[in-house]
Amino acid sequence: MSERKATIASRVGLHARPASIFAAAVGELSIEVTIALETDPAEDAMDASSILSLMSLGASNGDIVVLRAEGDGADEALASLVTLLETDLDAE
Amino acid sequence: MPKPISEPPAGERLDSATSPDAATADLRAASKVVQAELKRRAEAASGASKSVLEATALMAADPMLIKAAVKLIVTGTSAERAIWESGASVAEMLHNLGGYMAERATDVLDVRARIVAELRGVTAPGIPQSAEPFVLVAEDLAPADTATLDPDKVLALVTSGGGPQSHTAIIARALGLPAVVAAVGVEALTDGAEVYVDGAAGTLMVDPGDEQRTAVTAWEHVAASLSVFDGTGTTADGHLVPLLANVGGAADAVKAAAAGAEGVGLLRTEFCFLERDTEPTIDEQVVAYRGVFDAFPGKKVVVRTLDAGADKPLPFLTDSTEPNPSLGVRGYRTDLTSPGVLKRQLTAIATAAQASSAVVWVMAPMIATVDEAADFAAMCRVAGLKTPGVMVEVPSAALRSASILTEAEFVSLGTNDLTQYTMAADRQLGTLAALNSPWQPAVLQLIQLTVAGATSEGHNKPVGVCGEAAADPVLAVVLVGLGVNTLSMTARSMSAVGAVLKSVTLERAQELAQLAVSARNSDEARTRVRAELPILEELGL
Repeated sequence: MSERKATIASRVGLHARPASIFAAAVGELSIEVTIALETDPAEDAMDASSILSLMSLGASNGDIVVLRAEGDGADEALASLVTLLETDLDAE
Repeated sequence: MPKPISEPPAGERLDSATSPDAATADLRAASKVVQAELKRRAEAASGASKSVLEATALMAADPMLIKAAVKLIVTGTSAERAIWESGASVAEMLHNLGGYMAERATDVLDVRARIVAELRGVTAPGIPQSAEPFVLVAEDLAPADTATLDPDKVLALVTSGGGPQSHTAIIARALGLPAVVAAVGVEALTDGAEVYVDGAAGTLMVDPGDEQRTAVTAWEHVAASLSVFDGTGTTADGHLVPLLANVGGAADAVKAAAAGAEGVGLLRTEFCFLERDTEPTIDEQVVAYRGVFDAFPGKKVVVRTLDAGADKPLPFLTDSTEPNPSLGVRGYRTDLTSPGVLKRQLTAIATAAQASSAVVWVMAPMIATVDEAADFAAMCRVAGLKTPGVMVEVPSAALRSASILTEAEFVSLGTNDLTQYTMAADRQLGTLAALNSPWQPAVLQLIQLTVAGATSEGHNKPVGVCGEAAADPVLAVVLVGLGVNTLSMTARSMSAVGAVLKSVTLERAQELAQLAVSARNSDEARTRVRAELPILEELGL
């Protein structure tokens, strides 16, 4: 099990356009990735490829989230997703 | 336009020939088809609607939505019912999160309807996509449909529901499209049939002949020549009636100024507030109002303070559980329940006005009593706004206009609500369309009383009209005859109103107004006046 933390950089938080971009990026991976707020227990983690889950997570700008994944290439995958979350995706 | 998708019956089971696995596969396939279609539309869109469509496309095959539906299918529920229930619970979750998320609940319900349509093999809901321009036929249009309605593709609107002041009618007037609302026999029309729509007569004809084709060509010619307004509203004998524009933001204001508007008769300030969870700051409001003021340097801009409630709910201001929102806390009355919002808005308007050369007037919506008018005028003066006025939408304000105008500097008649409240008929109900006409002699009489009050007691204060009535070129003549000083309308209507007004003298307009007021009913009022205005035929109006 790989695990990485990321701080949400998008000003609007992880919804709207940033959530679309992130969910689409997770959806293209061949492994399953979960996401949870740092303050929530691991068993409450949600499917990170689901835009509806991301929206219900309600992560705001500055919140820390935990990404978890298993399998081949999990570390590389999480590293790229962390970069994505730590970019202001709404600024484009 | 396709009918809305009906709810699959509660408890609908898989038919005996379909296994849960097969139904799950069908559902996944349908969701992928819907996703592909929404992605395709997102690529064609731009700006805000592009990102909304991108997010909606992701929702269509979202694991959360689909997994919950698959669980139901495994227990024997039909695929249609399963996605319906799953969509409902996701939408409810989003709704409970409030704010931006709550607005996305509608997108989930739209996706759900599209998947059910795909599973049933019927056309998806919403405005159809077509390469050819077409006549749009629907039960009724929602405000949201405006966003996706392409005026270059839609030739005319026909709806079976809705009255003359329903959203469809308002959209049609804003876009300058012929429209027939509350039309009979719409259900029998088939997709692709050729129809002739006469918006002026309110009629619809299937399989038109040569006579109708000639009429369409003539109308296109007139519509093109009518698209220009010369910038001065006047009767034939030179009695000036400034034609002002109704605008909902800076973009509208720039367009209206370019179309020759002599000012703004109604700035709807809701544009700053809608789709927000919290009140905009004073600074944000100042920037927004400046955008409008700067489009009209040296000209009059009448700002209506926030008109929330009824058909324009705002999460931080209005209570959506009121049993009767039209008669509830709306317009000026929200100052009772959320004091402070109006005061801050007036400060923002005054700040924006100071920095611009526009002549800024302010008015409050839904004023019913003289005391309310006095309180509002006092608030305006404290904020530094010198010309406070009120809207006359409630019959009591029309009856008491003389006293109200000892407190306020002007009144503006909101004919849509004035009609709805005078006739006690919901604006959105097609069945009550006849009651809901501003041609009702009772409504015209209230306008007459308002003007009488404005010119009595030694004062002579201006009376404007900013409701849809001012955009009807025939009714505009009557309003001028009744003594109304300015007419404010959607910018597109100014050329037609200006042309007809220029064909009559003030005295003639007064005679026509008497014909209308003394009519037995709204149809007779309209028919009488139309018959006396030969220019209507010439202009094809």
